[in-house]
Amino acid sequence: MTGAHITRVTHAPGRLQRFQDGFARALLAEDCAAAGLAPEVARLAAQPAFAVYRNTVMKGCIDALQANYPSVARLVGEEWFRAAAAIYARANLPRHPTLADYGADFADFLAAFAPAADLPYLAGVARLDRFWTEAHTARDEAPPGVAAVARLAPGELARTVLRPHASARWAWFDAQPIVTIWRRNRYPEGADDGEIAWRGEGVLVVRPGAAVEHVELDAAACAFLEACSASRTLADAAAAALAVSAETDLARLMARLLDAGAFGHMDLLPHEPEECPR
Amino acid sequence: MAPSAGLSLKPQHFEEALASPADGVWFEVHPENYLVEGGPRLAWLEAIRARHPVALHGVALSLAAAARPDPGHLRRLGALVDRMQPALVSEHLAWSMWRGAYHPDLLPFPRTSEALARIADNVGRVQDALQRPIAIENPSHYLAIDGHEWDEIDFLAALARRTGCRLLLDVNNVFVSARNLGLSAEAYLDAFPGALVDEVHLAGHSADPALGPALLVDSHDAPVDPAVWALYERLIARIGARPTLIERDDNLPGFGALLAERERAQAVLRAPLQEAA
Repeated sequence: MTGAHITRVTHAPGRLQRFQDGFARALLAEDCAAAGLAPEVARLAAQPAFAVYRNTVMKGCIDALQANYPSVARLVGEEWFRAAAAIYARANLPRHPTLADYGADFADFLAAFAPAADLPYLAGVARLDRFWTEAHTARDEAPPGVAAVARLAPGELARTVLRPHASARWAWFDAQPIVTIWRRNRYPEGADDGEIAWRGEGVLVVRPGAAVEHVELDAAACAFLEACSASRTLADAAAAALAVSAETDLARLMARLLDAGAFGHMDLLPHEPEECPR
Repeated sequence: MAPSAGLSLKPQHFEEALASPADGVWFEVHPENYLVEGGPRLAWLEAIRARHPVALHGVALSLAAAARPDPGHLRRLGALVDRMQPALVSEHLAWSMWRGAYHPDLLPFPRTSEALARIADNVGRVQDALQRPIAIENPSHYLAIDGHEWDEIDFLAALARRTGCRLLLDVNNVFVSARNLGLSAEAYLDAFPGALVDEVHLAGHSADPALGPALLVDSHDAPVDPAVWALYERLIARIGARPTLIERDDNLPGFGALLAERERAQAVLRAPLQEAA
């Protein structure tokens, strides 16, 4: 038997793979000379033009973060923001090339970022910028008309499951006026610059049509939406809202959420089986 | 697509682009900005697509990586191609995804036979997934890389032979690379296989902020340079009219200024069109 048909299997990485491992390391290394690069890549990294690649990669990441977190950037100023974004980017390159989605956990990074320790509201503001991006790029969905909901008999209403709209994101911030701070920096034109009352605030960010919108919500309304997103009935969602605040005006809450386009798919559950005669 | 001139399309110009009455104008976008589930960006692109031809110019398939294209990315790109039915789909001779991380740039590699085999496999996979040929763009060079086994034009021609892919010739990239590496842009353009060219790109460049004019950067942030216009005229006179894009990604001027540059390319294209008529 000759060896002519035997394919040689080798587990040594190819030259292209070694090149890319080294090049990728050199792109992010603080000091290329100290990074222990293979000679082929070290010779490239030593050329002044290598900085074009290092700069372009970092600029691409930082620009994307600045585009995705404009309220944070406005609050801290461009220089501080870009320095923080560079630290984030070095440790967290994008996982895929749709940069509108880059920095999903930037709020968590800011919450743990020591230089931001005296800006305790920064992570919350970042979370709302992220809500805006998620609402902007979410699946399109036509909200159910207010009339369709109004037509439901009271018994049916209780058994209805209204799922939050595909673009709906909401949060209650217990201790800080995050929504006011965010709004003044996200929409600075004509923003009121009066003193901010230091209290908890909540918000719904949603894109029922072409544009991302937001409405302030109280803690009960946030609990209501939370129950809806867990596919619980409107009766259960109402109970969840009342558990947060016994004074909740449920009719007003529903009207506010429907008006904001907070809901997507609507299901009417059948009667509970135990209620059916056997 | 008719061999007319088109423009890069940015969200700031959506309204004017949609309404543009310019004869034969078409628009090109980076598909990565539209790989989202829904929302106004996709709706705008669909509206543009209903009135003008649209080309998708990818920057992130990372065809020159020693790895297959990311299957999720390829699937989303395929869905966008199905939805938009673009006139052209193109990508770069470069890599950017590596071991799960995206490096937002077009990174270089040594043109070896190993790299050619890998890239041909990747291009084949993309063309199978999209069910159409794609055009591959010649890169901008900044570094002198050791160990090229292939001349760039031979490499691109071999890639086209092996995969049936087409080529996108970026004249500004040729100018920038020739300057940075001390080569002749004219010689490169004269040797480029015109029959494989489906699209031509024109863009502006700038001097590197640190190194000055000794290093030109393919920055897409300025009007097309007079020297690049001259190269373009020389190319079109040789190979005939091809769909030509004025590419602008940064330091965006008003839509009118871009249309004026586009009109200049259109005038260059008209000469061989008239000869052919």
